Formats: sequence, structure tokens, C-alpha cells
Amino acid sequence: MSSAATKVAQSQQPQPAAAEAPPAKDAARVPKDYSSYRVVAAKHPWRWVGTAAVALGVLAVAGSLATNPRWEWGVVAQWFTAQSVVNGLVETLKLTAISGILGFVLGFILALMRLSASPLLVSVSWTFSWIFRSTPLLVQMLLWYNLGYLYEKISLGIPFTDVRFFEVQTTTLISQFAAAVLGLTLNQAAYSAEIIRGGILSVDQGQLEAAAALGIPAWRRSTRIVLPQAMRAILPTAFNEIIGLVKGTSIVYVLAYSELFYTVQVIYNRTQQVLPLLLVATLWYIVITSVLSVFQYYIERHYSRGAVRNLPLTPLQKARKFFATHAAVPNRRNL
Amino acid sequence: MTNTLTAPTAARGLVEITGVRKSFGATEVLKGVSLTVEPGGVAVIVGPSGSGKSTLLRTINHLEKVDGGHITIDGQLVGYEVRGDRLYELREKEILKQRTGIGMVFQNFNLFPHLTALENVAEAPVVAQGRSKEEARRRGLELLDRVGLKDRADAYPRQLSGGQQQRVAIARALALDPKILLFDEPTSALDPELVNEVLDVIRELATSGTTLVIVTHEMGFARDVADTVVFMDQGQIVEQGTPQQIFSNPQEPRTRSFFSKVLEPAFNI
Repeated sequence: MSSAATKVAQSQQPQPAAAEAPPAKDAARVPKDYSSYRVVAAKHPWRWVGTAAVALGVLAVAGSLATNPRWEWGVVAQWFTAQSVVNGLVETLKLTAISGILGFVLGFILALMRLSASPLLVSVSWTFSWIFRSTPLLVQMLLWYNLGYLYEKISLGIPFTDVRFFEVQTTTLISQFAAAVLGLTLNQAAYSAEIIRGGILSVDQGQLEAAAALGIPAWRRSTRIVLPQAMRAILPTAFNEIIGLVKGTSIVYVLAYSELFYTVQVIYNRTQQVLPLLLVATLWYIVITSVLSVFQYYIERHYSRGAVRNLPLTPLQKARKFFATHAAVPNRRNL
Repeated sequence: MTNTLTAPTAARGLVEITGVRKSFGATEVLKGVSLTVEPGGVAVIVGPSGSGKSTLLRTINHLEKVDGGHITIDGQLVGYEVRGDRLYELREKEILKQRTGIGMVFQNFNLFPHLTALENVAEAPVVAQGRSKEEARRRGLELLDRVGLKDRADAYPRQLSGGQQQRVAIARALALDPKILLFDEPTSALDPELVNEVLDVIRELATSGTTLVIVTHEMGFARDVADTVVFMDQGQIVEQGTPQQIFSNPQEPRTRSFFSKVLEPAFNI
């Protein structure tokens, strides 16, 4: 930047004397035709220096990953697609999907409660978030799993009467899976309620007024007018949460639930290949997160309709444009 | 100038405001306002900022609930139902139905940014009046054509200029075939060179038999288009009359002092 700026400043100095002074009057009348001139692109030498330095660093890291035998890539490859690891992966995905969906549905309800006019609904919603955000997830998990100790039986009936529709032993109802889903869902709901509420609050009040003035019913107002606009504010944080949840599921190892992380632990306790197996889990988490990031990009793009003047190009469109323009080098001027 | 176009359908869009009061916290912004706008009439409300003009406008379609007094449209109470000697507050659904007879155009347009111009116009007829999507689309295009924006039907609001956005907003308000149109400072958020394209559309509407209630700071336009000019100050109607009476021969000192501040630059050229 600065080097380019000084160059311009220097080159401007001699110009007025040399080029502009003699033909000043004529030039002012007849605009000069520059259409036959060749355009020379601005040079950015420091950009190349920076690129080279970073490339060197990347190469060094990649080299050490490849050549250091202690990474034991052979072991990683051996376990990466092993049946037990894949089973664990499926469990992780299952937990993420179920708790993610239930958590956000419950969070949406909690957000609406919090924004409602009823003081009771507001305080119940607030208390829920307060409790579940104040206690460690680990503790919540263990509490849910040990619910049988607090309440031996769980029954559904009419409160304050002896009518019972069914009754069940708590320990049979709360399996490891149920405890895991319960813990993750409720915790997720507490956080997503705040995210969704924030999104709804970010939509201009005038939008609701305009919708009301047009006689659009309340439910339609939320789903058609407010939520699509709120989504822009909700999505980035929501994906943060879901990505956090993917890795957060690893906490259910305390319930000896065989998801990805617990499975890997069991294996390395047996084979003593701790680092390669942690690497197996890490690589899978990276894969899941990458896939989610792609989803995030396209979903965010969908909801940015109307919010930006022109939709940004997708990576695919960018690549196509790059090749289309760079393939036709002789016609540079037409860029 | 005044277009006393007596609408063919007699009692369509008669607005009667009687002794309306409204407070925000401790400040009383409307202190017993009474005003009648005849069907097909054009009432322009002018006055200094904070005089309660916009609040009065918003009580007409019940966006603001009144604290006292009442408003009727063609004899029907806004927001309440009379049964015996009591006024029952209407439920949301019934209020929404009343509002479909009253279009509103906002200062900041309040177009839905994630919907195209045509979708903005065609949304309410489908969900509030139960028309078919196809019909709403066709009518939407007609209305966009009427405000001169048929070719921008698929543009999103942010791709339009302020004047174009406000014209879409007017088309959106017209889509429900309202008896009454409320304009809340429709040109205040516009660049000066865009004001006229919006005023031209409103001028055209003034001759169409729809009742218009307009809050504006455009005095030239008010003089041009109004049957009745209403001057408000500090939550009260100070003076009302024909544009001739109010602009050329105001009786009240407050009216005179207001116009002496706002009219000079525009009229004494």
C-alpha cells in the first residue's frame, strides 16, 4: 500500500512539467483516445514475498507431519475406518442430530416464551436458561443418569390424584442414550433460546408494524416476515453451537456411552497407541465440521436474499469465472 | 385545486375521530382530538415535530390503542365492539380484519427486505384476504404498473432507490383495496430529487375516491392536494380548514408562527 502510494506521488512530480504544460489548451478540447493503449496490471512485490514466506511455513509443517514417524500414520490409517470407530462415529452423529434438532426446537419455544407478554412464561423461560447455563454439562449428564436414585419410578397421571396412566422404573427409562440426549438437548436448548431470541430482536420493529397494518396474522408474521430476517443473525452463532455440539458429545464418555471419543479411548487403553488414535478421532471431527461448514455457507447464502444487493458468488461459480477469464488471456483488455 | 370528488359509493371511508386521548408514560401526546374526514376526502395533517400527528394517524388503524375517546370508520368502532352498554376489546383476528380496510404507508417504507417488490405487494391479499396466489400476483403487477415499477417487480427492496421503495410500499398498501389510506410522512426519508415521484403517485390517488389522511412536511404538496388542512400542536388540533384558509389566512397565532418558520423558503422565492 504505502510503497505504491509513494510511487504515485513521485511519478506525479515530473509529469506536469513534461507532459501537461505544452499541449494544455489543445488537450483540453479534444479528449485523447486511449483505446489502443495496453493496460499493465499493478505489481505487488510484497504480496509475493508474503506468499512465499507463508508457503514455506506450510511446507515445513506438512513435512514434519509426513516425516516424523511418531505420528504413526500407518496406525491412523488402520483404525480410521475400523468397524468399531465407524460405529462410534455413527453414535456421535446420532447424538448430535437428535440433540441439535430437539435443542433448537425447544430453544425456539423458550425464546417465544421469553418474548411473550405473560410474566409467568417469561420467568419460566428465564429460569430454565439460568439453571442450565449455570451448571456444568458434565454434572447435568451424571444427574440425569442417576435420576433413578432420586426418583425410583416415573409415572404419568393426573397431578394430585391417584390416577396413573403408566408407571415405569426410572433406571429402565433413562438409559445411557436417554441420559445423553436429555443432557445435551436441555443444555443446547438453553443456549439456542438466547441465540434465537437475539435474532428475533435484531429484526426492525417497523417490519412487525407493517405486517400488522397489512392484516397479516400473528403466526404468519413470525414465520414469513420475522424469522427469515432473524435467520441471518441466528445462523452463524447457531452453526457455532452445532459444531460445538459435535465435539460436545464427547463428554458422554462419562456415561460409558460408546460414541466416537469413548470408542477411541477404549481402543488406545488396550493397544497403548494413544496419539494415533486421538488423531483418528480428531480427523473425524474435522471431517464432520468441514461438511457442516459447507452447509452453513449455502444456508447463509440462501437467507441473505434481499439483504445484500448482489448475492456473492459460490466457490463453484468463482472457480468457473476464474477459468473463463484466465483461459482467454489474449483478450485481456476485455476483462 | 381541491378535488371534492364525491365517491359514487356513499359511505366508503368516512373517518370520525372523537375526543381521542393517548399518553406515553407521563407525557400526554393526544389531548382530546376530534376530526372528521369525509369519504374520498384528503386530509393533510401538518404541525411541528412531537405535536402528535403520527400518533393520531396510527390510532386510526389501531397500531396505537387510544386511552380515551373513540374512532369510527363508516360508523364502525375501531378496535372495539359495542354490546349493550359496554365496549368489548376486539381480538387480534378481528382487528387484523379491520386493518385490511385501512392501508398504511410508513416514513421508512418498512418493505420486507427478503421479499421481492412483487412478493411484498402480493403477500397480504393471499394471507389476509384469502385470494389465490395467481390473482394476487396479477393484481400486484397491475399495481406496480400503476406506480410505474412494473419492470422492477422481481427486484429486492435494497436494489431500489428510496423513491422506488416508497412507491412499492404504496402499491402494497393498495393491494388490499383499502377504503382509507394513511401516509406517515411518506417523503421524509427521501432525497429531495426523489420526493416528487412519490408525491405524484399520491396526487393521482387523491382523485381516485379513496379517503387519504396524510402527515407531511411538504407544504406545497399539502396546499395542492388537500381538501382539509389540519394544523396540530402539542397534542391538539389548533386549526383546520381549506388550504386557502389555513395557508393564506391562518387565524390562530400558533399557526401563524409555525407557517412563518416553514413557509418562507418555499413560497417567497
